[in-house]
Amino acid sequence: MRRRGLLLATGGLLAAPALAQPMLPQLSIFVPANPGGGWDGLARGIEQVVRGEGLVGRVGLEHVAGAAGTVGLPRFVTQRRARADSLFVGGTALVGAAITNRSPLTLADLPPVARLTEEAGVVVAPMGQGHFPDIAALLEALRADPGAVPVSGAGGGTPDHVTLGLIVQALGRNAIEARLAAFPGGGAAQAAVVGGQVRAAIGGWGEYEQLIRAGRLRALATTGAERIDPAVPTLREAGIAVVVTNWRGVFGAPGVRPDAMIALMQAMHERPAWGALLRERGWADAFLTGPAFAAFLETDRVQTRAVLEELGLA
Amino acid sequence: MDPIAGLSLGFSNALTATNLGWALLGCFLGTAVGVLPGIGPALTIALLLPITFQVEATGAFILFCGVFYGAMYGGSTTSILLNTPGESGSIITALEGAKMARSGRAGPALATAAIGSFVAGTIGTLGISFLGPLVVEFALKLGPAEYFALMVLCFVTVSAVLGGSALRGLTSLFFGLMLGLVGIDLQTGQPRLTFGIPELLDGVNVVLVAVALFAVGETLYLAWRHHEAKAEVRRVGSIMMSRSDFRRSVGPWFRGSFLGFPFGVLPAGGTEMPTMLSYYAERKLASPEAKEEFGTTGAIEGVAGPEAANNAAAAGILVPMLTLGLPTSATAAIMLSAFQSYGINPGPLLFEQQGALVWTLIASLYVANVMLVVLNLPLVGLWARILKIPQPQLYAGILVFATIGTYGISNSVTDLILLYGIGIIGMFMRRFDFPTAPVVIGMILGPMAEQAMRQALTISQGDWSTFVTRPGSAVILTLAVAALVGPRVYGVWARRADG
Repeated sequence: MRRRGLLLATGGLLAAPALAQPMLPQLSIFVPANPGGGWDGLARGIEQVVRGEGLVGRVGLEHVAGAAGTVGLPRFVTQRRARADSLFVGGTALVGAAITNRSPLTLADLPPVARLTEEAGVVVAPMGQGHFPDIAALLEALRADPGAVPVSGAGGGTPDHVTLGLIVQALGRNAIEARLAAFPGGGAAQAAVVGGQVRAAIGGWGEYEQLIRAGRLRALATTGAERIDPAVPTLREAGIAVVVTNWRGVFGAPGVRPDAMIALMQAMHERPAWGALLRERGWADAFLTGPAFAAFLETDRVQTRAVLEELGLA
Repeated sequence: MDPIAGLSLGFSNALTATNLGWALLGCFLGTAVGVLPGIGPALTIALLLPITFQVEATGAFILFCGVFYGAMYGGSTTSILLNTPGESGSIITALEGAKMARSGRAGPALATAAIGSFVAGTIGTLGISFLGPLVVEFALKLGPAEYFALMVLCFVTVSAVLGGSALRGLTSLFFGLMLGLVGIDLQTGQPRLTFGIPELLDGVNVVLVAVALFAVGETLYLAWRHHEAKAEVRRVGSIMMSRSDFRRSVGPWFRGSFLGFPFGVLPAGGTEMPTMLSYYAERKLASPEAKEEFGTTGAIEGVAGPEAANNAAAAGILVPMLTLGLPTSATAAIMLSAFQSYGINPGPLLFEQQGALVWTLIASLYVANVMLVVLNLPLVGLWARILKIPQPQLYAGILVFATIGTYGISNSVTDLILLYGIGIIGMFMRRFDFPTAPVVIGMILGPMAEQAMRQALTISQGDWSTFVTRPGSAVILTLAVAALVGPRVYGVWARRADG
C-alpha cells in the first residue's frame, strides 16, 4: 500500500523561542516510505531537532512509499528539481533496491548531503529445545548445507538477504545457496521466527531488540563492527569477516549545490539535542559528509552489486 | 495485572472529561476519513503524530484508537451508498450493500453495518482484553503452509460470486490474478509486469481496482446505455431495520465477529480473508428466500456478516501490536512509532511496563465503540438521502469522488490512468456480463497465496508434501475440498436417493 502524506507543521507556534535567525526559512523532507518506518523516523527526528533548535522555521514531510524507495526517488527527481529547500531520506535498502529493480535512477543521481545514522543487524533464533544455542551452531549448519537452514528476512535483495548471502559466502560456499524466506515488512518476519517457523532470522537490531530483551528470541550475533549488547558477539568475533550496517542519510534535490544543506546538517549534528535524540532512539552516530560520504556511497554500491550478482539478483 | 483489575483501572482513566473529549474527537475524525476513499486511518494518524510533542500519551492514544475504530465504521458507508469501497476490508460489503441501496434499502444496509460494527467491535475488544495473549500464541504456531491452506479455502468463496457462467467468472478471476502479479516479487526483489513504470513497482492498489470496476465501470456503463435506463429518482425507502431485517442480521453479526477476530490476530491475516469467508458462509447458510436476494436485490446477511468480520478483524490487529510489539497493519505501524516518540518501546513487555496506559487504551476502545454507534445510527437517515440526487448528477458525483479519492491514495497521475483504464474494462465487463467481484478476490488472494506457498516451499526445501503433513494445513485443505465438492456430491447422492 502506498500512502503519501503532506504535513506542514506550524513551526512558529510550537518551536522553542528561536535563539538566532534560522538558517533556512523552511525545509521540506521527502520520505520515500510509509510513515512508521526507519526513514520516516529519521525524518521526524531531523524535524524535531532543527525546529526545536530554531535552525529552520517551518518543516514539512512528504511520503511517497513503495519498492524500498525506488517509487519515491523518480518522483523526487522530477518534482523537486532545483528546489533548494528539499531533502531526500534514503539509505542501505535503496542502494540494493535500485540495483535489483533495475531502476533508471539511483542515489548517485542526487547530490549527497550527509550520512547520519547507522544500525547494525542481528541474527536471531527461536528459543527452546532443538533451536540453535549460539552462532557457532548456526554457522556449522549453514556450512554443511545452507539450503537446509531456512532464514526469514524482509525480502529478496534487501539488506537482510545481502547479509545472509555474505555469511554463506564467507563460509566458503556460493551466496546463491542461501535460503531466505522473505516476509513483507510489519511483523510477519518476526512472527515467523518467534513461532519457530524458520530456524533463524536476520533483521535490524531495533526490530528485534524488544523480543530479545523479553526472552522470546535468542540473539546469536550482531552484524556491526562492535558489540551492541555486551552479551552478544559480533559476526567478526565468530570468525566470519562480515560487517553489515544499515545506514540512513539525506540527499539534496538535483540541480542544487548541497553546501547549504551540508551546513545545516553540520549545525544540527553539533547540537546536544541531536545527541540526545540518537541515544533515545538507539541509533549510532555515523555522521559523514562531503567527499568522504560520496566515496562511501560509491564503495557501498560496488559491494552491494557484487553480492547481488552472486545471489543472481542483479 | 489480571484483565478485570486492568479494565477497572483503564475505565477510571478513560472516563475523565478530557479523555472522553479525545475519544469523541477521534471517533468523529475517524468516521469522516473512513467515508472518504483514499484517506485511511494510517494516513490520518500520521498527520496527527505531531500532537505527540504536546499531548500526554494517554490522550494521544485514545485519540488514535478513536480514529482507528471510527474509520472502520465509516468505511462501509461509501461501499453501500456509492459502490465505492474506501479500504480493502469493505470491498465485500459493497457486493450486497450497493445492491440493497439500489433497490431502496440503503437505510437498513447502513444500519445493519453500524450495529454489526458495534457488535463486532465489542466482541473484538473483549477478545483483546481476555484472550489476546492466548490467541497470539496460537497464531504464532501457524506457518506459511497453513496460510497457504487458508487462502486456498478462501479461493473456494469465489464460487459464490462467479455468476451464471463459470467460464466468464473464471476469466475475471484470472484477470485479477494477473493484476496481482504486477510489482516487485517479494522473494527475489525482481520487478514483474511493470514495463519500466516506477509507479507500478509497488503493484496495483486493490482499492483502486475495486473502485474502478465497481464505481467507474458501472457509471460509464450507465452513461453509455442511458437511453435505455428509465430516468427515475431512486427510492430511499424505510430508514430503520424492520423486525425481519434484525432477525436476519443477528446470526451474521456474531458469525462474522467470531470469524474476523482470529484472522485479525494472525500476523499475516488481515481483514480481507474473513470478509470473504463470512460472505460465502452467509450465502450458503441463508434461507431460500434470502438466497434469491443474493446478487439480485441485495441480501442483508451479505452486509451484516462481512462488515462484522471486518471490524472484529480490525480489533484483532491490535493484539499482536499490544502483546508482541509487532505492527501487522499500516495503522499499527504508525501507532508503534507514536509509542516510540513517548520513549515507550512496545514489545512483549508492554503490558508489564506500561500496564496503566495499555488498559486505558483498551478501555477507550469500549468507549469509542459506544460513541460510534451513537454517532453513526442517526447519520444513517442523512446518508441515505444522498440517493435522492437524480441519477445523472449522482453518478457524476461518484466519478468525481472516485477520482479525488484515488488521487489521494498516492497523488500519482499513473493511478488515475489506471483507474479509468480499468474502469473502461469494467464497463465492457458489465456490458458482456462478466462478474467483477472475482477480479478483486483474485487480486487480493493471488499474491498472498503465491508468497505463502513459496515461503512454505523455501522452508520445506522444496518438499510439496509439507502442505499435507503439517496437521493445521491438512485440516484446512480438507475443509476447502469439502466446501468445494461436498455440495455436488450431496446433490448427486440426494438425486440418487430420490430416483
